Amino acid sequence: MASSLRGDTADRLRLNENLLATSGQWFKNARLAAAERVESQGLPQRRDEYWGYTQPDAFLQKKIDFDVDLNSPLELFSKELSEVINYKNGILQEKKLPAIPGCSVESLSDAATLDNHWAGTVFGKLEAVGQIPVQRSLAALNTATASQGLLILVTGKVKKPIRINAVCEGTSDTIIHHIIKVERGANVTLIETGQYGARANVVLEVEVEGDGTFNHIRMQNGHEHNALTHIFGRIGTNSTFKSFTLTSGGRLTRNECILDLVGDSSRVSVAGACIGDEKFHHDDTVFVTHNAANCESRQVFKKVLRDGSVGVFQGKILVKAGAQKTDGYQISQSLLLDDNSQFLAKPELEIYADDVVCSHGSTSGAIDEEALFYLRSRGVPKAKAIDLLTLSFIAEAIQEVESPELADALLAHVTAVLEVR
Amino acid sequence: MLEIKNLHVQLEEEDKKILKGVNLSLDPGKVHAIMGPNGSGKSTLSYVLSGKKGYEVTSGSAHLEGNDLLVMDPEERAAAGLFLAFQYPVEIPGVGNMTFLRSAVNSQRKLRGEPEMTAGDFLKAVRDKAKHLKIDSDMLKRPVNVGFSGGEKKRNEILQMAMLEPKMCILDETDSGLDVDAMKLVAEGVNALRDKKRTFLVITHYQRLLDHIKPDIVHIMAAGRIIKSGGPELALEVENNGYAKLLEESS
Repeated sequence: MASSLRGDTADRLRLNENLLATSGQWFKNARLAAAERVESQGLPQRRDEYWGYTQPDAFLQKKIDFDVDLNSPLELFSKELSEVINYKNGILQEKKLPAIPGCSVESLSDAATLDNHWAGTVFGKLEAVGQIPVQRSLAALNTATASQGLLILVTGKVKKPIRINAVCEGTSDTIIHHIIKVERGANVTLIETGQYGARANVVLEVEVEGDGTFNHIRMQNGHEHNALTHIFGRIGTNSTFKSFTLTSGGRLTRNECILDLVGDSSRVSVAGACIGDEKFHHDDTVFVTHNAANCESRQVFKKVLRDGSVGVFQGKILVKAGAQKTDGYQISQSLLLDDNSQFLAKPELEIYADDVVCSHGSTSGAIDEEALFYLRSRGVPKAKAIDLLTLSFIAEAIQEVESPELADALLAHVTAVLEVR
Repeated sequence: MLEIKNLHVQLEEEDKKILKGVNLSLDPGKVHAIMGPNGSGKSTLSYVLSGKKGYEVTSGSAHLEGNDLLVMDPEERAAAGLFLAFQYPVEIPGVGNMTFLRSAVNSQRKLRGEPEMTAGDFLKAVRDKAKHLKIDSDMLKRPVNVGFSGGEKKRNEILQMAMLEPKMCILDETDSGLDVDAMKLVAEGVNALRDKKRTFLVITHYQRLLDHIKPDIVHIMAAGRIIKSGGPELALEVENNGYAKLLEESS
């Protein structure tokens, strides 16, 4: 991946140097270390193994062209359901963050000026671990330059989901870095909604200590965005980590999820669904490392593609020696609504323990003619019948979502998306 | 109600003739049964009438109340009043039974230019009809046919029929895979829908379904044609003697 840093990245790192002057020690250390990672690793290139199906160019260009004016606010996950924290164009909009029983919420920019902070054990740390064996320099670039984000320390059982609603205007080019630490026995649900603008680089580092639960639902909207997201998770003993992403728009979206199971008897699920057409390019790149025994991991991805859009799935399960009784599962499926669209899948298993169950599968298919006839024979017009079968296809991935209310909200959103397209 | 004249059908993909001149005339309010050995073309007839892909009509016609069925899309045939109860109802994960039913009912109404059914009226109607078919609210909430037993799937077909109120109902081997109790329940559901205006075409291998859904007219189909028509006694003859004698007579 070695290459000299070009325009924008160098600019960002220079900018970083200015900001460092006002930073506290923990933040300064994290940023400097991340900047070193970027410089030594270089930026991703097309010839890199994990950038073979998705061109990184949009994330490397100094500027990105964007002429779409976006303004379609999304009312999903009604306010009663969750505490909402708003971002606009990558900047926190709340003067005062909500006091939520069971957790503390701070902004990164406030915490950055302190000399010591609990986030110092997480910020940039999980991202650094996640650089091996596959380099993810753009995530390191995020750590080195992000000044916006939330630091959420979960100490108890948080009843309502916490929702981050990040809305971007057309030309915005945002970098956000959130940290979540779920302490022993605590649990929380985080919902991310909003719309990306021209370009977004979002990193979420999540540490789940023993007996904790982290549920994550993410909605990715926006007509023409270029979005790169990374989730780095470290999951302790007997804990649950579940993340589900629904993407229904955008030009280029790459969601990376890198999970490290470090404690025995944990359960993780990374799942997602997307619907796109024409220039839509959607990439899920997942790397789950079983470093402990008796853990279960699931990867479930569904992509609905039409009119020349492209879906990519690169999913890996790495079972380290000693991670006995691992139960790994991975499925990626595409529903191709015409002959012009394509799905590129690279499932990988690498196993160094001898008492494990791991399975993987990948399929590409068209609408089932038998089911289509069944629906039409009941009077449902063809287009509506295809929508229902598309919903049916996606619903299987949504089953990964634990909360029935949130799953229903996602299904309703998919229904609405299908209706307007 | 339904007029089928000299219908010839072959498979689209291969040169295989399945229906070789079917003639049938079904009057309103009557229950017709079609019996026949495997491969005689019974199910194909039901598929061709309801508009399934993969079949080519080479000659002949089929009209429902004077409307040419063969030029319509499957959904238009449904809106015109045709209903096919499937031999193997399809499972649709993720789509709730109620959502599907409501979508079907209102799609048909829309196609016919009628006002859509309100959520309240629909719910009331479904609950009422489901009760008679011993379909509980759990079955209504579950995804379409997913995890349903054979009997539940067939009852669900009859529930759809009851909600859609078609004029012409075709039942394709509705008795297959059912035990006696389940068959009785399905038959009761069908019988409840019998009236002067509604016509049924019951396709079956066996007499036993016809003990519960008593037909007015029985047709015997073999090698793509109706070889004999008669009263209910014809079904008993098949039950006692098999098809061999009838086939001999017709050849």
